[in-house]
Amino acid sequence: MTDADANPLWTLAWTFGLMSLFAVGGANSAIPEIHRIVVDSRHWMTDQQFSDVFAISQLSPGPNVLIVTLIGYQVAGVLGAMIATFSMCGPSAVLAYIIGRLFTRSSHARWPAVVQAALVPVSIGLMAASGLILTLAADTSWVAAFITGGVAVLAFTTRLNPLWLLAMGACLGFAGVV
Amino acid sequence: MRSPSAPPVPPTAPALISEPPGLLELFTAFAKMSLAGFGGVLVWARRAIVDQHRWMTPEEFNETFALCHFLPGPNIVNLSVVFGARFAGVPGALAAMAGLLGPPVVIVTALAALYAQYGEIDALRRTLAGISCAAVGLLLAVILRMMMPLLVKRDVVGLSLLAAVFAAVGLLRWPLPSVLLVAIPLSLVVTYLVRRGRAA
Repeated sequence: MTDADANPLWTLAWTFGLMSLFAVGGANSAIPEIHRIVVDSRHWMTDQQFSDVFAISQLSPGPNVLIVTLIGYQVAGVLGAMIATFSMCGPSAVLAYIIGRLFTRSSHARWPAVVQAALVPVSIGLMAASGLILTLAADTSWVAAFITGGVAVLAFTTRLNPLWLLAMGACLGFAGVV
Repeated sequence: MRSPSAPPVPPTAPALISEPPGLLELFTAFAKMSLAGFGGVLVWARRAIVDQHRWMTPEEFNETFALCHFLPGPNIVNLSVVFGARFAGVPGALAAMAGLLGPPVVIVTALAALYAQYGEIDALRRTLAGISCAAVGLLLAVILRMMMPLLVKRDVVGLSLLAAVFAAVGLLRWPLPSVLLVAIPLSLVVTYLVRRGRAA
């Protein structure tokens, strides 16, 4: 059990490779598990670094899954970034390829409605857990929590471009309000 | 579905669906939608695939996305694989996935390097903290949007399952694989029984 000495690249590869197959509902549902491993059990990052990395991933273009690229870089540089990304996307991509082929061949077979209906509450429950964990990591003051709440309400009730809301957060942060 | 008068040979099939994309076209189309997609690529993928290039009808797109959403792993990556494979097999899947991931990975890696270098500077520290707060707020709004159908339908069973998964993963911090190995079969059985009960 001395895997603290193990090569971090291997640890990244199997951690995210396994997670790839368990991330029901996409990258955001995997955040609690990523946080548990990266912050709580491996101590690769602090809570604050984790929420910084989440912010950077939301700020940059591309799929949400790229948060693992940032984590991989933090752990083991450019190679770590590549391996984390590839491990998180590879196994599920192979599965998607096989199942996609299967479904295309059998003409217009659909997912049984029961499976879809059953997975909806599970994946929203995971997302809600992500919401909680990130709120706890990011909102270290009442003002911060107030900003999070305000942005949530604005994003829910209006069609404002999310980038404006992120920019607003950036300005408030820069001004030292948070 | 191509138009009924069209001959069965794909190259001459006109109208609704355009020419199937080549490998380079797959790569550039996915690279473009990925780089346009701040906070989610799905909207752009739909716009490019359905509206702009007409490679799929809206129904085909919805079906493909539904399939990808319920597979594990990043949804939009799965979509690129299934989409690319459909037109050009394994090379197509690789081209679409490389387009989707390649350019943003380069950008994000550069940002990661900058963060590792300058992350401790106070002004950047404060700014990122502000952005985190806002980014979490955006995520909460998305979660609420996704919960609305369950709330509107007063789906007690669905909401209880949701709450149980939330408690296990968010509050108790249990490992994801063990939670899912219990939650998914349980949810399948309960959902099946509820549906059968309703039909009877």
